[in-house]
Amino acid sequence: MSANTPVPQHDSPGREVLSADRGTALPVRFENPGLVPHRHRMADVDPKAAKRAERQVATLFAISALGTLLTLVAYFSIKFDTPMSFMEHMARTRLSTTLLGIGLTMALFGLGAGAVHWAKTLMPDEERVEDRHLQRGSDADRRDAVGILKEGAAESGLGRRPLIRNSLIGALALVPLPALAFLRDTGPMPGNNLSTTMWKAGLKLLSDPQGAPVKAADLRLGSVVHIVPEGLNEVPDYLEEKAKSAVLVIRLDPALLDPVSVPGSYEGIVAYSKICTHMGCPVALYEQQTHHLLCPCHQSTFDVTQNCKVIFGPAKRNLPQLPITVDADGYLVAKSGFHEAVGPSFWERG
Amino acid sequence: MTALAARRRSPLASVVLVLLGLIVTGVAYAALAPGRAGAAETPEQQIAAGHALFLANCATCHGIDATGRGDAPSLVGVGAASVDFQVGTGRMPLERTAPQAPQAGVHFTPEEIAALSAYVASLGPGPGIPSADAVDPAKGDASRGAAIFRTNCAMCHNFAGKGGALTRGKYAPNLDGTTPTHIYEAMVTGPQSMPVFSDQTITPQDKRDIIAYLKTTEEQPSPGGFSLGFVGPVNEGLVAFVVGVASLIGCAVWLGSKSS
Repeated sequence: MSANTPVPQHDSPGREVLSADRGTALPVRFENPGLVPHRHRMADVDPKAAKRAERQVATLFAISALGTLLTLVAYFSIKFDTPMSFMEHMARTRLSTTLLGIGLTMALFGLGAGAVHWAKTLMPDEERVEDRHLQRGSDADRRDAVGILKEGAAESGLGRRPLIRNSLIGALALVPLPALAFLRDTGPMPGNNLSTTMWKAGLKLLSDPQGAPVKAADLRLGSVVHIVPEGLNEVPDYLEEKAKSAVLVIRLDPALLDPVSVPGSYEGIVAYSKICTHMGCPVALYEQQTHHLLCPCHQSTFDVTQNCKVIFGPAKRNLPQLPITVDADGYLVAKSGFHEAVGPSFWERG
Repeated sequence: MTALAARRRSPLASVVLVLLGLIVTGVAYAALAPGRAGAAETPEQQIAAGHALFLANCATCHGIDATGRGDAPSLVGVGAASVDFQVGTGRMPLERTAPQAPQAGVHFTPEEIAALSAYVASLGPGPGIPSADAVDPAKGDASRGAAIFRTNCAMCHNFAGKGGALTRGKYAPNLDGTTPTHIYEAMVTGPQSMPVFSDQTITPQDKRDIIAYLKTTEEQPSPGGFSLGFVGPVNEGLVAFVVGVASLIGCAVWLGSKSS
């Protein structure tokens, strides 16, 4: 070793300090700064302060006891065994919950706060130093550990008994198969679920939630009705289907309609999908005077007089129109399904 | 000089004299002036009274024949319900131009509002003022009303009717304090940005159920304690963070700090 090689030295047990030769920029060693000078608390110095701290702790414990008492009194005195009105029951529930909550908070927090305050102000607080031992085990321990492992391997006899070893490998290889099989439960594949809804020609438009069919003559100028398709309650995936096929019917002055939307309208009554083409929130905030449909989630605004073109907000496509007409009795029915997929964009939409 | 003569010359004498004159005049006027027309009047008299009120207060914007001028729409066919709602809630006469007519102080007595409604109803058939029975919350099913409200109304007015924002400064107002009659009339006439919910699409029974739901929500104590404005998770999250997490942080700081 040359004189320039840094030599590990032991400063205190477990701490090594590399020292370089004198004459270089590095200091020879960093002084151990030691502990922060101990600061005495008031309770250590002044017996009156200690007494005051004691009283504070006792007060906190007393608050805890009071809290327990309050909880018990509230629990047994606020009774629900007599018949009472709904409002009275709710008012009494609120009172009971409030008092039980306050009582328990006082009881438990008082205990905790008292204990913490006692520890902080009165219990001994001198600093103590514990030396940190080396992380690496001793060489003897390491040799012993390796020996145990080797012994265990030998005792298991895997090396001498190939039948056990091979059958074990075979069984272990088969075990992941059920996990792969369970992946099937992530299906079924959607098929064309995203592109189609249950709307088709002849389905009546029913009001949501009453489920009544809507007559064209019942709609006044400026009327809005929330629509679900006839037969929605009978389909097995009722919720998924409702989330796609919700429709909003609006009556406007026919002269205001965009010519593109006129073939699918009936005397100024238009039906548009309620599912926003941005992220799928229901677009139902219809402003009658401006003919704007506002989506509450990200404020995409659609103009009904321009075939629900987007005039503000993050949506990029018009709301799909549901072509409607009336049947022989004057009820609104769908002329066909939607001509495009409803709702937000998805990969296969193209 | 007598005491009375001395007081007549006091500087306060003129003030006392003026006060006396005012009081005497006021009392005499109140006692002798002709009172308001009684409520017992024929329909023709009511319509005529309404017409007079209309010409004085509404014709400048809505036109002398109520067919509308500029931004003020025609009132032919809006019905008594519209007038009772708009004038009864103080939205009309328009207090100031704004993105939407604000709900201001009511400037007319109930008799005057009835006269105005009768006059406008006479211009053309339209929705009428609902009967007390039709808007009685006790006769409505609050839970059914809640379902209808949730689908048709909650997206603008909030699930508990506390109001919400529309575009460009318009808003759906808080429904607290609105009378059942006005709620019914608003649904049936579709004021300003609100769409029309005619009696055929939301039946009178449905409307009564909605009113029952709104009044129940308004009156019943919030089950969880503080309702926090019925806005929902945003307020609750705010309270949880500002009060709850702040207290937890405070406790953590206290636990770790040295005692004095």
